[in-house]
Amino acid sequence: MSEMNSAAVLAVRNMSMNFGGLRALSDVDLEVRAGEVVALIGPNGAGKTTFFNCITGIYTPTEGEILATARDGKTHRINGMRTNLVCELGMARTFQNIRLFPSMTALENVMIGRHCRTKEGIFGAIVRGPGTRREEQHVVDTSYHLLQKVGLEQVADEYASNLPYGAQRRLEIARALATEPFLLLLDEPAAGMNPQETLELKEMVIQIRHEFAVSVLLIEHDMKMVMSLSDRIYVMEYGRVISTGTPAEISADPQVIRAYLGEETDA
Amino acid sequence: MASQQLAKNFKQSVVAALWLSFLTMPLMVIRVDTVEKTITWRWMHLLWMLVGSFVLALVWYFLMDRRDRGGANDGNLNTEAAPSRFSIWLNNPRVARPLMAFGLLFAVAFPFLFSMYQTNILISALIYVVLGLGLNITVGLAGLLDLGYVAFYAVGAYAYALLNYHFHLGFWAVLPLGGILGAFFGILLGFPVLRLRGDYLAIVTLGFGEIVRLVLQNWDAFSFGPSGISNIARPGFFGVTYSVSQATTYIYYIMLAFVLLTIFVTARLKDSRIGRAWLALREDEIACQAMGIDNTKAKLLAFAMGATFAGFMGVVFAAKTTFINPASFTFMESAMILAIVVLGGMGSIPGVILGAFLLMLMPEYMRAFSQYRMLLFGATMIVVMVFRPQGLIKARRKIYKVNTKPAGQA
Ligand SMILES: Nc1ncnc2c1ncn2[C@@H]1O[C@H](COP(=O)(O)OP(=O)(O)O)[C@@H](O)[C@H]1O
Ligand SMILES: [Mg+2]
Repeated sequence: MSEMNSAAVLAVRNMSMNFGGLRALSDVDLEVRAGEVVALIGPNGAGKTTFFNCITGIYTPTEGEILATARDGKTHRINGMRTNLVCELGMARTFQNIRLFPSMTALENVMIGRHCRTKEGIFGAIVRGPGTRREEQHVVDTSYHLLQKVGLEQVADEYASNLPYGAQRRLEIARALATEPFLLLLDEPAAGMNPQETLELKEMVIQIRHEFAVSVLLIEHDMKMVMSLSDRIYVMEYGRVISTGTPAEISADPQVIRAYLGEETDA
Repeated sequence: MASQQLAKNFKQSVVAALWLSFLTMPLMVIRVDTVEKTITWRWMHLLWMLVGSFVLALVWYFLMDRRDRGGANDGNLNTEAAPSRFSIWLNNPRVARPLMAFGLLFAVAFPFLFSMYQTNILISALIYVVLGLGLNITVGLAGLLDLGYVAFYAVGAYAYALLNYHFHLGFWAVLPLGGILGAFFGILLGFPVLRLRGDYLAIVTLGFGEIVRLVLQNWDAFSFGPSGISNIARPGFFGVTYSVSQATTYIYYIMLAFVLLTIFVTARLKDSRIGRAWLALREDEIACQAMGIDNTKAKLLAFAMGATFAGFMGVVFAAKTTFINPASFTFMESAMILAIVVLGGMGSIPGVILGAFLLMLMPEYMRAFSQYRMLLFGATMIVVMVFRPQGLIKARRKIYKVNTKPAGQA
C-alpha cells in the first residue's frame, strides 16, 4: 500500500487536554493517511481513550487542532464538533468498554448505524409509503450484509446483551461500519479475546480495510496483533507521544522498550 | 437441596410472622375503652395475625424461589428473547385475529349493551389508554422519565375550555390545536432538561407539572383559579342537538377512534427509524450520539410526540366532563399514567393498553372494597414489580425480514 505519499484523512496538531489540573494529553501530533492502519499504543492511563474522546467530540480539547478530510475531499476543523456530526462526517468508533444497545437485536444495533445516512421522518414513519418502505428494506439488507461481514448473521435476531463477548466486539465494528466511515476508530478491539479470536479479528480488520476502503486507527495492547497489522505506530506515555514509526522502528526504539514493550519482550 | 430451601423459607416465615405480630400488637391486641376506663387484651387477634402473616410469608417465599429458579433453568442464550407460551399463543394469527375482531365488535356494541354510567367509565379508561400510549413514547421508548406528563393534559383541557368560553370555538376546531399546544409545551419542557438524566430529569419534570398546575390554580384572571371553568360545550355534530346520553355515546365513539389511531401511530413509530433512535437513546446515550444520532432532536421529538397525545386527550376530557379545574391535574394523575406504563410493560403497546384497563377499571368495579383501594393498588404494584419487573406484557423487538440477495454495499 502506498501510504507514504497519500493524503492525511486525520491530522491532529499540538492537541492538549486538561481535566482541571490533570494534563491527560499534551502536545499530541498524530496523522492517519488514506488507507493506512495506524496503531496507538501505550500503558494504561497514557491517554489513548482520551485521545479518541477528543477527536470524536465527546471532549473539546483544551488546545490544538484536529483536521479531518471527509470522502468528498473537504477538510474540516472538528475541535469540539458535536459527536453525532463527527460520526456523520465519517469517523466512527467502538468503545473500550463495550457500549451496544443491549435490549435491541444485533441487526437493530447495526441498523442504528444507518440512521445518519437515511432520512425517514415522523410522517414517513406513520404513513409508511413506498419510499419509506424501500428505504427501510435497504437499511435492513445492508445491515444484514454487514453482519455477514463480521460473521454474526446467525444471531441477527438475538438481543445484543445475549451475545458472547467476542461477538459483541465484532458487532460494535459492524455498527460503526454501517455509518459509512472513512476512518474507523477501534478502542482495544481484542481486549478479552482469546488468541484464536484475536487472529480472526486481525484478518477481519485487514479485509474490512480493503473492502470498505477505510483507514483504521487502532488502540490495542496485543503486541502481536499491533506489529503485524499496522503500517505505523504511535507510542504514548503520560499523555505524550514518545515515539512514532513503522513496527520495525518502534520495536527497536530503546525509549519504547523501556516505557512499554519492556515487560512484553522480557516475558 | 429442596428440603433445605423449604426449611430456610419456613424459618424466615416464622421470623417475619413474629416480627409483624410484634409490630402490630398495640393496634391489634390492646383496646383501651376510655369511657369505662378498662383495657381489653384481645389475644385471639394476635393468633390470627401470627397464622395469617406466616401463611402469607410462606407463599411469598415459595413464589420468590420459583421465580429465581425459573431464571436459572433456561439461563442460556435465549432467555430474554424467548417469549412465554401465552404470548406465543397470543401472537398466533389464528388466535389473535378472531380475538381482535371480537374485541372490536364488543367495543363498537358497548354503548348499546350497557348503561350510560358504564359507557362513561369506559370513556375514562380509553382516555387513559391514549395517555398511557403517549407517555410510553417518552418514558417507555426514549427512556426519559417524565413525572409532569399531566401538565400537557392540562394544557389541552384548558386550551379547549378557555377558547370555548371566550371565543365559542367548537371541539373539532380546538382538537388539533390541543395537540399542537401539547407538542409546543413538550418542546418547552424538553429544552431545559436536555442535559438531565434519570433522577434529575424526574425531579425537574415533576416540578414542571406542579408549576403548570399552580399557575392554573392561582392566576384567577386567566384560568378562573380553583373554581375552574364550567359549561364547556360537548363535541358538536353538524349542528345537531342531542341529549346527554347521546353525547356520551358520541364521545365514546370519538374515543374509540382515537384509541385505534393512537395504537396505529405508536406501533408504526416504534418500529421506524425514529423509534429505533429513541430506543438507542434509552439504552446508551453516549453510544447513541457516537453512532450519528442527534440526541437533542431525538429527545425533543420524544417529549413533543408524547405531549401531543396528552394535549388531544385534554380537549376530549374537557368536552366529556364539561367542567374542569386544577384539581384534575395533580401529580397523582402523572403518577397514575406512569404506573400504567410501568405496570403494563415499558415500550410494549399491548402491555400499556392492558395496564390502563386494569388500573382504571379495577377501582371502579371494586367499590365494595373502596376503603382498601389504595392498599390493594400498592400491593398489586409491588407484586407485579417483584415478579414481572419488565411489566405484564414485555416489549419485544421486531424481527425484520431480510432480502438475502446480496444488497448494495454499505
Ligand atoms: N473525564 C475525565 N475526567 C478526569 N480525568 C480523566 C477523564 N477521562 C480520563 N481521565 C484521566 O486521563 C488519563 C488517561 O486516561 P485514558 O485516556 O482512559 O487512558 P488509556 O485509555 O490510555 O488507558 C487517566 O489518568 C484518567 O484518569
Ligand atoms: Mg483506554
